Amino acid sequence: MTTLQAVFDKARAEDRAALVGYLPAGFPTKDGAVAAATAMVEAGCDVIEIGLPYSDPLMDGPTIQDAVHRSLTNGTRIADVLRTVEGVAKSGAATLVMTYWNPIDRYGAERFARDLASAGGVGTITPDLTPEESDPWLAASKESGIDTVFLVAPSSPDERIARVAACCTGFVYAASLMGVTGARESVSSAAEGLVKRTRAHTGLPVCVGLGVGNGAQAAEVAAYADGVIVGSAFIRRLLDAPDEKSGLAAVRELASELARGVRR
Amino acid sequence: MTPTEATMITPADLAGGGVRGDDPDVHGKFGRFGGRYVPEALIPALDEVAAEYEKAKTDLGFIREFDHLLRTYAGRPTTLTEVPRFAEHAGGARILLKREDLTHTGAHKINNVLGQALLTKRLGKRRVIAETGAGQHGVATATAAALMGLECVIYMGAFDCERQALNVARMKLLGATVVPVTNGSQTLKDAINEAFRDWVTNVDHTHYLFGTVAGPHPFPEIVRDFARIIGVEARRQVLELTGRLPDAVCAAVGGGSNAIGVFHAFMEDQDVKLYGYEAGGRGAENGEHALTLTQGSVGVLHGSRTYVLQDEEGQTIESHSISAGLDYPGVGPEHAWLKDTGRATYEGVTDEEAMEAFALLARTEGIIPAIESSHALAGALRLGRELGPEAVILVNLSGRGDKDMGTAMKYFNL
Repeated sequence: MTTLQAVFDKARAEDRAALVGYLPAGFPTKDGAVAAATAMVEAGCDVIEIGLPYSDPLMDGPTIQDAVHRSLTNGTRIADVLRTVEGVAKSGAATLVMTYWNPIDRYGAERFARDLASAGGVGTITPDLTPEESDPWLAASKESGIDTVFLVAPSSPDERIARVAACCTGFVYAASLMGVTGARESVSSAAEGLVKRTRAHTGLPVCVGLGVGNGAQAAEVAAYADGVIVGSAFIRRLLDAPDEKSGLAAVRELASELARGVRR
Repeated sequence: MTPTEATMITPADLAGGGVRGDDPDVHGKFGRFGGRYVPEALIPALDEVAAEYEKAKTDLGFIREFDHLLRTYAGRPTTLTEVPRFAEHAGGARILLKREDLTHTGAHKINNVLGQALLTKRLGKRRVIAETGAGQHGVATATAAALMGLECVIYMGAFDCERQALNVARMKLLGATVVPVTNGSQTLKDAINEAFRDWVTNVDHTHYLFGTVAGPHPFPEIVRDFARIIGVEARRQVLELTGRLPDAVCAAVGGGSNAIGVFHAFMEDQDVKLYGYEAGGRGAENGEHALTLTQGSVGVLHGSRTYVLQDEEGQTIESHSISAGLDYPGVGPEHAWLKDTGRATYEGVTDEEAMEAFALLARTEGIIPAIESSHALAGALRLGRELGPEAVILVNLSGRGDKDMGTAMKYFNL
């Protein structure tokens, strides 16, 4: 199992940013997600976030909503998410679960942390869990030895950044813009300032996500962040592919392009 | 009528100003319910709304302005109507209707939107967005936006747009942009998701004019306080008419704003029982309902911990009701708390029972109620038979039924 710390240590030693890829479990199919994530790792992703599909993804844009809807329609369950993590972790990437809070709340915080650790997962990203509500999850994660990643946003004042960063282990997720997930024409100029402000409050790596979709953008973000997070652009490749084989080739190609980007 | 100090809304009427013991704590918690489960990007905006509201609710200038709008624009105070011919079907108990259906735009929603539109101006924002189920909150928001010169975008499930086409037209006429939401169940919950997505993108100049007592803190508190005038007036009116407090107060519960609005002034009157009626849809047994409090379990939906219709893995289960305004798989956290503390009782009313009460009120009293409110009427019929002829029952008639005529025509083959 590769830890987040090992990932960022290695990237730092190579004087580059880490590449983080996102895919929801169960998309395009249960096995297809493992195959696609594995292809992404082989082509250069250091970290994989496996999305836990949720019926009400209120911070996701149309691309991830579409993928998640298909996944839920395919009957994806939490057991499938854990199996996906298990499959992807075998590829050697540090594997996280990204999830809205309610599925964990319902499953049981301690049970989820334990089962995720058993599956080889190294942590979670919880975009709608605020520091005020996070105590049970921090305790359960600590108990199972998994990392807890929370988000900061351009709108976050410094005291809020400090508070969120204090809940994080592994890395801090900096949302590059005010908005939902999805690739954009250009990376928001707010991202660099946010990374700088976040560093003032933590020694943890800071990764930037939302709106990054190509090699040039990855290079731009890698110049100031410890990691570059890409989700919707991978999903778009899979959605647009006529069949599974060409989908795999397309995500592999994108991961290679992004991996070159973070090394520029 | 000139408002006098004696009849004007006071800070205590509006918000309590710390005089009541049941305000949420600093994190917006009602007991174990409420709080904030939202993307961090929205926290500063929620803090800003909360801070501005804290100032506004004790600012006499703000209260006067709100009071003035309620009187001269919304048509407050609304009257209390006793309905003896209807009550004959309720074992002879006295039934009194709080006539929110007579407000401008035809439902209690106008109270909250006028308050929040004033708050939007205080916040210096120029655009409001809102979700709507039946369209009543959308119409009310579009109305307040037109009145105050605010840009207005309404998110409405595509399925609801179809069954409430008249309200869509009203919103458009009022200058609002109506965005049909085509994902998920295409109803209220999906409209809320979409409104949150808009808000996080445009939060610098946009206020999310939330329509019910659900969602993240401070919305449950703010919406309650702006709806609280319903119960404040009704309590006074029942005392004037009958010389005593009612035995029971009945209201329909979807998200729960009209119910909290009428309940709240009675909260400390321990002898007054509070009854909330949820949409039983086609019946609890076949799963097609919106019985959040009576059949749901504790979870997180739309930023708040509350009772939710969800499966064993926390996925939201789609609700069903003949009434679009009650078709919601969550409920306000204060109702969850009132249920757990036992202060209020929640029961289901099926589509069929609600439609019977809808027709009965029309036939016996010449009042066509909203189908939402008809759930409370059906509850009152049931309750009256239990409590007997000595009982006095207050029902919040939260809206009028004009918007429901399409549904009624189909249902009754009119």
